Amino acid sequence: MGNKLISYSSITKKVVMALAGLFLISFLVVHLGINLLLLSNDDGASFMVAVGFMTTNPLVKIMEIFLMGGFAIHMVIGVFIQIQNWLARPVRYKVAGYSHLSFFSKYMIHTGAIIFIFLCIHFTNFYFVKLGLVNPPTGVGKEDFYQMATLLFADRFYAVLYVVLMIFLGFHLHHAFQSAFQTLGLSHTKYTPFIKVVGTIYSIVVPLGFASIPLFFIFIK
Amino acid sequence: MDFTLKIWRQKNAKAKGKFVTYKINGISDSSSFLEMLDVFNDQQVTKGEDPVVFDHDCREGICGTCSLYINGRPHGPDDAVTTCQLHMRKFKDGDTIVIEPWRSKAFPVIRDLMVDRQAFDKIIQAGGFISVNTGGIPDANAILIPKQNADSSMDAAACIGCGACVAACKNASAMLFVAAKVSHFALLPQGKAEATRRVQAMVAKMDELGFGNCTNTGACEAECPKEISIENIARMNREFLGAKIGSQKKVVKEGGF
Ligand code: SF4
Ligand code: FES
Repeated sequence: MGNKLISYSSITKKVVMALAGLFLISFLVVHLGINLLLLSNDDGASFMVAVGFMTTNPLVKIMEIFLMGGFAIHMVIGVFIQIQNWLARPVRYKVAGYSHLSFFSKYMIHTGAIIFIFLCIHFTNFYFVKLGLVNPPTGVGKEDFYQMATLLFADRFYAVLYVVLMIFLGFHLHHAFQSAFQTLGLSHTKYTPFIKVVGTIYSIVVPLGFASIPLFFIFIK
Repeated sequence: MDFTLKIWRQKNAKAKGKFVTYKINGISDSSSFLEMLDVFNDQQVTKGEDPVVFDHDCREGICGTCSLYINGRPHGPDDAVTTCQLHMRKFKDGDTIVIEPWRSKAFPVIRDLMVDRQAFDKIIQAGGFISVNTGGIPDANAILIPKQNADSSMDAAACIGCGACVAACKNASAMLFVAAKVSHFALLPQGKAEATRRVQAMVAKMDELGFGNCTNTGACEAECPKEISIENIARMNREFLGAKIGSQKKVVKEGGF
């Protein structure tokens, strides 16, 4: 795989990574939409309807494969590119570079790694439980995501961790959104400023939406 | 003006370099950075010590030969100037100035502050040209070119190949340079004939030479003495994808898809 990856052009790798990233960005919206149902005051009834749809619909099942592929591709290429980039400057500068632009883009690998760690925790908490790889908490059915979520957010430590993570997710997304368009060659005097604004709004609203749920469980419920 | 200079000294390409600290006094605030180094080298020679080796040629910001990474910025603390155009008044009296060579695997240090930038020449040789037939001079107005394209092409052509973009980039990527060279041809009818081959060959060469991958950070654009915009990078990505998907023949063996 390594050799094969090297032989692809740098631009091709980046384009594939950008497309995978945009796919993940659109998935996050769907995920958020479902999660927000946790806020409705019906003891998880509407949330479980959505979960029921997502776990049984064959089309969603197919998308699930694409989604896993998307994550894998995005991460493998991302790490590969980062290693190449480190190797491209074997001797570092004594004085750190002065450039005030696109601050978050300097830390994509770091925010990415943090998100990856969270993803592992997230999978053990939910996805692997559904697959039957991990046992659900005692007394909870293996598809009773509402109970699982409630139990997790009842744990203050987990809830705070979740909120902190969403901040890093926002950092990652802030650069990711507009960067993906630039990589795809979509740069235009008329539309690029618009894309940047949308990206900024997205990178604030989506993580905020996710974070609102543990905050709701801690303070309101 | 008086300064403390911390300069990277390295005997040759193989030697392990190090920073050496020097003092220099009585520099005029209207002298250029390179003139300051000239004065410094005079001093070194008088003392019987090795002068510092650095690249320079035109000294008016048009050749792209001068380099130097000064206090964390390629071409020093001013915008849109080359090191030869940088004035000493941009520093404060008594400042410590750290001077480093460009750092990139593709630009190995030859000696002190001088690096080997042949990698750029190799990229140009791979496709940064148009093939023209000899013969009568064509009528300048025979080919219509939209003003917008002519302007953008001219802006891209302002690139002097100094390598500050590579030096500034956290990934030591050469995308801005290559994008400028691809763009100034791609925007003109004369460059269209070889456009698909050109972009593929130049990108493949760039990858092969060990430059990093662009992460759209934008440091290159901020430090480029000729203010080349990263819009050119998007254009090159577009050209590249179009060429890869659209071309009927595999143009470049190495470099893959
Ligand atoms: S793009 Fe700018 S910084 Fe890069 S080589 Fe050309 S002139 Fe120098
Ligand atoms: S010496 Fe020619 S650009 Fe500086």
